[in-house]
Amino acid sequence: MSDLSLMVNGKRVSGTAEDRTLLVHFLRENLGLTGTHVGCDTSQCGACVVHVDGKAVKSCSMLAVQASGSSVVTIEGLANGADLHPVQAAFKEHHGLQCGFCTPGMIMTATDMIARHPEGLDEATVRAELEGNICRCTGYHNIVKAILAASKTMAKGVKGKAKQAA
Amino acid sequence: MYSVNYHRATSVADAAKLVKSGDAKLLSGGMTLIPAMKTRLAAPSDLVDLSRIKELQGVKVSGKTVTIGAATTHYDVANDEKLKKACPALAHMASLIGDPAVRHRGTIGGSIANNDPAADYPAALLALGATIVTNKREIGADKFFKGLFETALKDGEIITAVSFSAPAKAAYEKFRNPASRYAIVGVFVAKGKDGVSVAVTGAGDDGVFRSKEIEAALVKNFAASALDGVKVPAKNLMTDIHASAEYRANLIAVMAKRAVAAANV
Repeated sequence: MSDLSLMVNGKRVSGTAEDRTLLVHFLRENLGLTGTHVGCDTSQCGACVVHVDGKAVKSCSMLAVQASGSSVVTIEGLANGADLHPVQAAFKEHHGLQCGFCTPGMIMTATDMIARHPEGLDEATVRAELEGNICRCTGYHNIVKAILAASKTMAKGVKGKAKQAA
Repeated sequence: MYSVNYHRATSVADAAKLVKSGDAKLLSGGMTLIPAMKTRLAAPSDLVDLSRIKELQGVKVSGKTVTIGAATTHYDVANDEKLKKACPALAHMASLIGDPAVRHRGTIGGSIANNDPAADYPAALLALGATIVTNKREIGADKFFKGLFETALKDGEIITAVSFSAPAKAAYEKFRNPASRYAIVGVFVAKGKDGVSVAVTGAGDDGVFRSKEIEAALVKNFAASALDGVKVPAKNLMTDIHASAEYRANLIAVMAKRAVAAANV
């Protein structure tokens, strides 16, 4: 057993867990954050993607104790109250989901992808970057559309802010 | 996963002490070890986490000499501006490993210590004539990779860095399994002052190896056309449900050609 202390969605969280506890189970079972899903459990499907210290990682392939001292963001941490995050809004607008099981991971991967490509995204890049996220409703087409749209919206937001600052 | 005791090492010396406890294993990015533990293919009593040790992180380029800390992630190797100038082929290779989330965690040291027969780094380091630096000694890549999941590392020995002299030209091309995305054949070519070396991953019965046939043809003329008609023997190549040894032999020549063409751009 180890004592853990980490930031989750901006809040300080402490707890005790067995060393073998995976981060995804700590989030779901200890913290009740069930938005992060376990899909394949073999680090291929990406349903469990969260951000650890600002980077997308598969929380089924990391021990909770490895994340102690880190800052974790899950799907529950994206929206600002009732206002959806631009990537969530784009998935809604472009019907980027069917059953919704892969969606939290898709959205966490998408926000990380958009942040790493401030120059903008094209379809080929989005499809290549989605390599680690599997959708079994075969809904990739609208997922790609949603990510491209969100990338544009967020770029405008950044420019708007820059203007305001100027 | 069986029960395990986790230790976070603060330095290489600390890790060297901790790894002596029980049946301990070193943990870096954990992109292979943790899945292996989940399926109980690995069951260490203790894990010694190297991933937070500062001295194991980062890429240094000094003149032609490139040194990469063992706990540097694939993402950081792929995006290092100095490395992109000194040896763009290696940065590009790192960008092809796994997927973005795996590249954020997986490390160069973890990859070579595991020496998966389909891993990308072993081919790069063998072709670059790299030196693997541990807390005990320095080992040439040609002596380091010993076979399937086998290396020259002794129990408890910790890889701290890899270093190599940047080649004049290099490139990596891989033919992926369409489902797993692992290399069915990956070929790294490097042309330096000591000649041409060509290393192959994904194909050898005994893991990564250098292709003498391809090297002999390229030493005379470092051009894709020099490989026209060059036959790679299927002997000692893997046959599995994905590809026969003969198919892999042909792919080696094809990937080598593509790599030479890319290196000459």
